[in-house]
Amino acid sequence: MDALMLARIQFALTVGYHFIFVPISIGVGMMVVLSERRHYKSGIPADRAASNFWIKLFTATFAIGVATGITMEFAFGTNWAEYSRFVGNIFGAPLAAEGLIAFALESTFLGVLLFGRKRVSKRFFYISAWLVWIGSLLSALWILIANSWMQTPAGYKVEDGKAVLTSFWGAALNPSIGPRYFHTVAAALLTGCFVVAGVSAYYMLKKRHVHFARQAMLWAATVGLVLAIAMPFLGHWGATVVAEYQPIKMAAFENVGDTQKNAPLYLFGWVNSDGETTGISIPSGLSLMLGLSPDHEVTGLNSVAPADRPPVQLTFQSYHLMIALGFLFILVFLVAIVMHKLGRLERARWLLWALIACIPLSILAINMGWMAAEVGRQPWIVQGLLRTSDGVSPLVSAGEIWTTMGLFVVIYLVLFIAWLRIFLGIIKKGPEDAAEMLEAEKASAGPAPAPAGAGR
Amino acid sequence: MTLANIWFALVAVLLTVYVILDGFDLGAGVLYPFIAKSEEDKSVVRASIGPVWDGNEVWLLTGAGAIFAAFPMVYAMTFSGFYLAIMLVLFGLILRAVSLEFRHRDTSWKAVWDGAFFLGSLVPSLLVGVALGNVIRGVPIDPQGNYIGTFLDLLNPYSLLVGVTGLFLLVQHGAAWLSVKSEGDLHDRVWRYRKVTFWICAVLAVATSAATILTVSRASDNVFGSPVGWLFLVVFLAGVLYTIWQMMKDDGELRSFIGSAIIIIGLAGIAAVGNFPEMVPARGTPDITSLTVERAASGHLTLLVMLILAVIFVPVVLIYTAILYKTFWGKTKAGDADY
Ligand code: HDD
Ligand code: HEM
Ligand code: HEM
Repeated sequence: MDALMLARIQFALTVGYHFIFVPISIGVGMMVVLSERRHYKSGIPADRAASNFWIKLFTATFAIGVATGITMEFAFGTNWAEYSRFVGNIFGAPLAAEGLIAFALESTFLGVLLFGRKRVSKRFFYISAWLVWIGSLLSALWILIANSWMQTPAGYKVEDGKAVLTSFWGAALNPSIGPRYFHTVAAALLTGCFVVAGVSAYYMLKKRHVHFARQAMLWAATVGLVLAIAMPFLGHWGATVVAEYQPIKMAAFENVGDTQKNAPLYLFGWVNSDGETTGISIPSGLSLMLGLSPDHEVTGLNSVAPADRPPVQLTFQSYHLMIALGFLFILVFLVAIVMHKLGRLERARWLLWALIACIPLSILAINMGWMAAEVGRQPWIVQGLLRTSDGVSPLVSAGEIWTTMGLFVVIYLVLFIAWLRIFLGIIKKGPEDAAEMLEAEKASAGPAPAPAGAGR
Repeated sequence: MTLANIWFALVAVLLTVYVILDGFDLGAGVLYPFIAKSEEDKSVVRASIGPVWDGNEVWLLTGAGAIFAAFPMVYAMTFSGFYLAIMLVLFGLILRAVSLEFRHRDTSWKAVWDGAFFLGSLVPSLLVGVALGNVIRGVPIDPQGNYIGTFLDLLNPYSLLVGVTGLFLLVQHGAAWLSVKSEGDLHDRVWRYRKVTFWICAVLAVATSAATILTVSRASDNVFGSPVGWLFLVVFLAGVLYTIWQMMKDDGELRSFIGSAIIIIGLAGIAAVGNFPEMVPARGTPDITSLTVERAASGHLTLLVMLILAVIFVPVVLIYTAILYKTFWGKTKAGDADY
């Protein structure tokens, strides 16, 4: 394998890995804010125990999100040096802004969430929860600005083989940032809802912490249903932008060969070796969706040279898997709410298991979405301006990438196992018993420090 | 003063703040296996940096982002050129980040996370200095701005010397921090380490200075030839004297830490002046391939927008960094990480 292919695989692996933890951080971060709000208002120990529980899940995930994020920030320089030289003028600014505006906020007040319960006032603690969450939403904004600029460049001119900024707001508010930001953040929050619902479902199955679980489940299913219903609309908004600015990507999503009217919309399909699709489709569906008329003409893959087309099968499948999962999520939450209204949710074991299964499925959906968006952009690293093959570091050898790839795989696997054990361990232990927690707090407020390392 | 020069100074400031802040975390991590004997000691060491290390690290991310934005050629060249070294730093930072958080949640893998914490602190502390040594000494660069040496070329004696000096600089800085935060036996042990590592660092610093004057005359000429260079030399010497004075007192922990921060400011200033106006000088290739501030700088608008951002947000970040340190002021207790 050549260095280019390896660099691509390494990037896809490391960023996909980062994005296992990002949605959980953003999603559970919302739950931390809400449960801490409840505790702030009531002040009762049971609410404090609940909030502490979500904070533990949150911080265990956040740590690995931070660690894997550093990889990404370095990756542009290490593996994509030509790309960095080409886009640095534009791309570096949101990255630096992310650090100053978002990461600093997140990281500083994370310290308070981790160590501050006994040190700061209830109010300061509550505000810190907000600031950490807002920080993560801002961080998503800046990095997605950078990414969206690569998809739909704006506010620049090319000079001496480099993209030079001509309008900051033009570049920041490029055509695809709106749908991309809201679609991605809604997806992350949806994952958060599934984590909360899945954890609650587990307690319902085990008949433990039932009171806590009921409260959390009702909340997660309601918010989750709203978000799940929003997903197709936000996705559709994105699709119209793709059709306008990256028509070849849209053609790959639905494997549209020749430019045509009455283009079909596939529910499922497989791209055959001859380039045709077999599957179930809605006739003229794509034309209707993009142009509100069967006569709307959809640009096909054949309108550009083969070298300018993305890998179709991968794009097509990841895109359709995302959408299929999206509709499954609506269904699951809908059924959960109906069963709750009928008072039968806690006895419907199959449904509780389905809610648990949706945690990894929602992360799968998210990564399929990214796969579709990023692979569909190929062969361009910056749409229409720079090819991926021209963006790679020219002098980093395949051997060097193999070496680091090996290290990444080993370290990331160990970290994943460790994280999973800790995450599941926290869930198994569950929120503390409020009465015991009060005892412990009284004891540790006394003169003798708690024995080190005990009960961690 | 052009915008590009202002950004050269700003990048230096960002990275200096990083070394002062994350430097003590890293130093403490390197000392961890040597000074923390009991579970309780270990818990104190970790809890003394627990609330702050992530905020500290953000200065590195911002610094790297600022180099990317303001000097894309430098970012591209150093990160891809020093590929394996940068990756090792990265793996170190990853291990350090997760070990701190996972160690107290995962008692059955204690030994793993302790080891990861130590290694994750040691590797970056050493390699960042080695990279700096190469940047001062100069590296071979092709006309497109790529590094054309090998990984082993980076491990030359001069750069290794700078690396080891940097390691001890951070270790004595970390020891100073821990002496501020700890009590009892642990404190007394740390305070002894603080003095010993300071003197080791001092000897190494003298050797590094001599080596720089003898082998990298461009850098020393730049420093001695400029009033700003002299200013930083004075700052550096003042920091050294102040630190020695405070180390002789019984209650000089905090002030000796401040002394150490002044030393870092002085050294960073000297290094920056030594390289200016080059960012990465060429060595073994024609001078014209050097990445100078002007050649590496981004377009005017990018630099201007970033300057506006920095002027607004650097003070904001400093304010909440101060709030955080104030919140966790005072001696760290073993049970502090519990909730
Ligand atoms: C939509 C959101 C999103 C996306 C697309 C990315 N990240 Fe991320 N990143 C976050 C959302 C996020 C976050 C929610 O802010 C994290 C994740 C969990 C966390 O701890 O903070 C984070 C952490 C995080 C950190 C550590 C911050 C710290 O120390 O506090 C860095 C350096 C990056 N990211 C960099 C990147 C880069 C260079 C990406 C592009 C390839 C990237 N992230 C994709
Ligand atoms: C976090 C979610 C993301 C995922 C899962 C993701 C996924 C991917 C995948 C699968 C590829 C490989 C495509 C291919 O080579 O065929 C890729 C490439 C790339 N993406 Fe993303 N991406 C994400 C976010 C981002 C962001 C936020 C940026 C920039 C700010 C970005 C920039 C790039 C770059 C520079 C490449 C390398 C060039 C290439 O291989 O195409 N990605 N990404
Ligand atoms: C249900 C109907 C859905 C539709 C019609 C839809 C549509 C789209 C489209 C068109 C894109 C590509 C945007 C681009 O390349 O610029 C996209 C990307 C993406 N999708 Fe979906 N999506 C749906 C559901 C979901 C669900 C359920 C999730 C996750 C829980 C999800 C997560 C993502 C992510 C993370 C991306 C990449 C970021 C982006 O480009 O916006 N999507 N989606």
